[in-house]
Amino acid sequence: MGKGGAGMGIIKSPLEGVVQFTTLDDIVELTGRTAAALAKTTGVDVVVDSVVNWGRRSALWPMTFGLACCAIEMIAAGCSRYDTDRLGIVFRPSPRQSDVIIIAGTMTKKIAPAVKRVYDQMAEPRWVIAQGGCASAGGPYNTYSVVQGTDLVIPVDVYIPGCPPRPEALLYGFLQLQEKIKKEMPSVFARYEVKA
Amino acid sequence: MTIAPDSILIKNIKERFGPSILDTIIFRDEVTHLIRKDSLLEICGFLKMDSELQFNFLSDIAAVDYFPQRPRFEVVYHLYSIPKKHRLGLKVKVEDGEVVPSVTSLWNSANWAEREAYDMFGIIFEGHPNLKRIYMPEDWGGFPLRKDYPLKGYKDQYNPYGEEKK
Repeated sequence: MGKGGAGMGIIKSPLEGVVQFTTLDDIVELTGRTAAALAKTTGVDVVVDSVVNWGRRSALWPMTFGLACCAIEMIAAGCSRYDTDRLGIVFRPSPRQSDVIIIAGTMTKKIAPAVKRVYDQMAEPRWVIAQGGCASAGGPYNTYSVVQGTDLVIPVDVYIPGCPPRPEALLYGFLQLQEKIKKEMPSVFARYEVKA
Repeated sequence: MTIAPDSILIKNIKERFGPSILDTIIFRDEVTHLIRKDSLLEICGFLKMDSELQFNFLSDIAAVDYFPQRPRFEVVYHLYSIPKKHRLGLKVKVEDGEVVPSVTSLWNSANWAEREAYDMFGIIFEGHPNLKRIYMPEDWGGFPLRKDYPLKGYKDQYNPYGEEKK
């Protein structure tokens, strides 16, 4: 990062000691600490991140998108017996409104471009859950027409084993995703992305 | 009900198309005729129109790859008569690159069934109104159910375990 760029330098203000509106590289350069260590010491970031993460993980809206028999379990998880709504997991009919996409079932090479497109249409931050053996690694279908794992098409956050996994397993997958979101550092990453 | 040799399923057809019937198989009370390819349409038309047979329903078309035998393919027609409640099978042998006359003019259900046979085996049906792939993506190369097509497919971005393309 060159000197004099937009957002450069630490601003002196009544909020002395509070780091704001600067790039990650600047802080790393000034303090000689790693990004993770900085995130721990910058108190504001921790508070902001914890609030943002709480908001994000408490309203994980999945895309309504089913591919095979795993979709039946996904539907069961969304219905009254397992009721994902009580966890803030509300299925949305549009990728624009979704935070997470569940790859529920066998992904064939024919549907792979459509999956990629739906994922691309989702606004960031977005997450991906690969439900079941097929979505995780092709499952029993080591054949000519099946994609051998969702991660060959889009990045995956949580893999759920099972064939198909029971709705409890899908709920556990969501809880694991929530744990993962808890550890994210959105404010640090936001600065990093502005710089990039 | 056992099938007698003088059953209408055999007699009526053999009387008219004797030289075109290459073989007749009776298995589990179902009759299957192996017929010559060039008389397929004629025989099918007769089976549909004959007042005793009335095969007004084509339930399915199957294809078999007997590679490396020659001729390589066999197309199997599964016929059913709704008014007469009887069934009949027809088989035709086809070599790779040869064409089979389409029966879409007789039975509309042949449309998708023939597209399936084309998609999976590459068998060309002459006179089909819309002979294009039905299952596989339109830009797919090769015919997956042929015996010389690798089971795990060819290696590409979605399948790192496939065979290398020669």
